Amino acid sequence: MKIMVAIKRVVDYAVKIRVKPDKSGVETKNVKMSMNPFCEIALEEALRIKEAGLASEVVAVSMGSAQCVDTLRTSLAMGADRAIHVESMSDRLYPLNVAKLLKALVDVENPGLLILGKQAIDDDCNQTGQMVAGLLKWPQGTFASKVVLDKEKQTATVDREVDGGIETLSLDLPAIITTDLRLNQPRYATLPNIMKAKSKPIKKVTPEELNVQIRSDLDVVEVSEPPKRKAGVILSSVDELIGKLKNEARVI
Amino acid sequence: MEKRRAYALLWQWRASSRPLSSNHRSLLPNSLLTSRSSDSGSMFNFGRSFTSLSSFTEQQRQSFQQLLNILIDRRVLHQGTFLRSSNLPVRFYGSAPVERSASFSEINTKDITYFKSILRENNVIQDPDRLQPANTDWMHKYQGSSKLMLLPRTTEEVSHIMRYCNSRHLAIVPQGGNTGLVGGSVPVFDEVIVNVSQMNKIISFDKVSGILVCEAGCILENLESFLDNEGFVMPLDLGAKGSCQIGGNVSTNAGGLRLLLVQHLHENSSVGLEAVSANGTVMDMLGILRKDNTGYDLKHLFIGSEGSLGIVTKVSILTPPKLSATNLAFLACKDYLSCQKLLFKARRKLGEVLSAFEFLDSHAMDAVLNNLEGVRNPLPPAVHNFYVLIETTGSDESYDRERLDTFLFRLMESGLILDGVVAQDINQVSSFWRIREGIPEALMKFGAVYKYDLSLPLEKMYDLVDEMRARLGNPVKVVGYGHLGDSNLHLNITSPQYNDDILAQIEPFVYEWTSKHRGSISAEHGIGLMKANKLYYSKSPEVVQLMVSIKRLMDPNGILNPYKVLPHCLSANN
Ligand SMILES: Cc1cc2nc3c(=O)[nH]c(=O)nc-3n(C[C@H](O)[C@H](O)[C@H](O)COP(=O)(O)OP(=O)(O)OC[C@H]3O[C@@H](n4cnc5c(N)ncnc54)[C@H](O)[C@@H]3O)c2cc1C
Repeated sequence: MKIMVAIKRVVDYAVKIRVKPDKSGVETKNVKMSMNPFCEIALEEALRIKEAGLASEVVAVSMGSAQCVDTLRTSLAMGADRAIHVESMSDRLYPLNVAKLLKALVDVENPGLLILGKQAIDDDCNQTGQMVAGLLKWPQGTFASKVVLDKEKQTATVDREVDGGIETLSLDLPAIITTDLRLNQPRYATLPNIMKAKSKPIKKVTPEELNVQIRSDLDVVEVSEPPKRKAGVILSSVDELIGKLKNEARVI
Repeated sequence: MEKRRAYALLWQWRASSRPLSSNHRSLLPNSLLTSRSSDSGSMFNFGRSFTSLSSFTEQQRQSFQQLLNILIDRRVLHQGTFLRSSNLPVRFYGSAPVERSASFSEINTKDITYFKSILRENNVIQDPDRLQPANTDWMHKYQGSSKLMLLPRTTEEVSHIMRYCNSRHLAIVPQGGNTGLVGGSVPVFDEVIVNVSQMNKIISFDKVSGILVCEAGCILENLESFLDNEGFVMPLDLGAKGSCQIGGNVSTNAGGLRLLLVQHLHENSSVGLEAVSANGTVMDMLGILRKDNTGYDLKHLFIGSEGSLGIVTKVSILTPPKLSATNLAFLACKDYLSCQKLLFKARRKLGEVLSAFEFLDSHAMDAVLNNLEGVRNPLPPAVHNFYVLIETTGSDESYDRERLDTFLFRLMESGLILDGVVAQDINQVSSFWRIREGIPEALMKFGAVYKYDLSLPLEKMYDLVDEMRARLGNPVKVVGYGHLGDSNLHLNITSPQYNDDILAQIEPFVYEWTSKHRGSISAEHGIGLMKANKLYYSKSPEVVQLMVSIKRLMDPNGILNPYKVLPHCLSANN
């Protein structure tokens, strides 16, 4: 069985986000970009399944500009066998378009499992996994915090963190899984694996070759910063605090 | 985007790569209770992130609350550790007993009244609970018994304090973030603590020249985040950045982790300062020019003088532009010789982009893995004899990365590197740095730590660690780590309690050994109280005598940081 993993290149989570002056989006020029943390978890899970002898190949796929190759290289260094880059300069790679591209790739590759992060930390959409499940008519286990595969029965058992507890699902393969934070702790890229990754193939395709039209089904009106938090003040006495709570905040 | 920060925090906590700041000890309480700075830096977003948890599942929310509780617990814990008797005899491990000089007066109520007349009343601190941490050093090795701490807000206030103390013969200890490691920042007896933490304003920043002018009480990490927004970096970085102040850094001539890339404070062409001398005179030596050759360059006297010549009130510093492309590798080597060879090759092949080269031995690694929460071994399962961190900083990420990779592959093939990982994102960068930066904190958990910060010839450096290990035997732990790129060894020895027998085994052996190999007994931490009587190991009698003359000229009554820096037999009050 083959596992396909979707990888998104995003602004590194540790970078302080700056909104472009014209409010059209987030500044990405000269900003450190890295793999979406949830995608890292998705990849780690795929690698563990393969290492347990339940899959034969892990294919990492990414959509976007030419620099996505760097992120795919990281996934190869973590242990993916090969990668596919759907090159597109479009700024319209919204979830539905990405889901269509993923479906097209699935049609070519025929994986038994498609694993994605539950969401990307840049747009917080949390839609792609669900949409691609709909397009493929595959069962889906979202927000997975535990995944167990049964090779004979061809099923995946998925634990999901829901409000107040855990929900356990059993899915028939092929299936879609989206990963939550606690599923696993991704590995580091070791030197020997980085070395090996240099010679692993990254195939490039275009949306046209996959017969997918990147259509704009929505417009971003404006991106704005959260309101600035006011600086705190240090008070010298409890009396002063009570005074302020009474007279300024009017809460007591 | 708010959620993004929340993920970031949760993520960071789950991966637990790094406590929320590199030094949560004193940053934490403040930043949880007040917002000290703009909302940059991971801690300062806490409030915002916390309000945005609505999209989290119940479990995640609980985890977050847990995280918060842990943080609050820690705060209590740290306060708790200060609760010990203040009537300890004034006998510090690592130095001969000192006696209080009879030439100093004691504080009386008139003094307090005077200080209250020149400072805001709430900046005259007599509350024992607030004095306790200020009387205790970071390692809990030195304990003073000061009854008074003053928090001036302006240079004039500092000047008034000094003039008054000088006329009254009241001894003073200038204190910054109190992270110093040689007992220089805490009173020995009842010296008045003068802390400029309230002087924390950034005065100006010139984007063209990169010159920053700020007050001395600015916390290093806050300056870092301020500059980060402007596209610049501070030319120094150390594990204590969350607490230490720029005035303290200048006064100790702090070096730190990235000295390879940036210059030493003495070489920073635009470091300048404003200082107040013992008699209250304000001396403006702020440099806002890159070139200035007019007379004696006196600011150098203050850099590294550890508060013994004046109180630094403002600092100017030349900051380099931020280079966005940082790469970091965490590597394993089989022996110390390999680490040396690696440094030699890194200097040749990585040249100008090499920004840090640090090493630690397996004992340091063990301490970090066992004593710090959430740190994970990047190269499991083995613990190797030596680890090296190589950081490159440049302007072209892919090119630098390619160069580093090629360099590392070659050395891995040749066997010089046994294994290694290269950070793929900033979180991984922080996790690897956390190991190196967390060593002092991890060692503290063993109990007592004897710290030696030595400059030694590179090839001899680790011999001392081996010799000490053989000399001391079990159960004493001997740990070696440091800035290999600067030939700077941190030799740390830990035992459950401070103990005279162990100390007698270490000193003067370490100093004699260092002196014999023409090393320095203080590479960067300074002399403080700990090494005041050891100065002769690194400086000739003539040079020490000149230092004493300068001290007498600038501080005739010897009120500034007495018992520190200079040998006690020569100090002004004897
Ligand atoms: C975890 C940790 C890591 C460290 N790493 C490094 C490192 O890598 N490199 C390195 O060089 N050092 C390191 N240090 C020690 C270093 O000396 C201090 O952290 C820092 O430079 C001191 O700043 P501070 O504001 O805490 O000063 P304090 O500790 O408060 O004071 C240090 C000395 O400076 C004097 N002083 C402070 N402020 C003023 C002022 N405004 N005017 C006049 N005198 C003043 C004090 O009297 C004292 O003698 C480390 C310390 C810790 C705890």
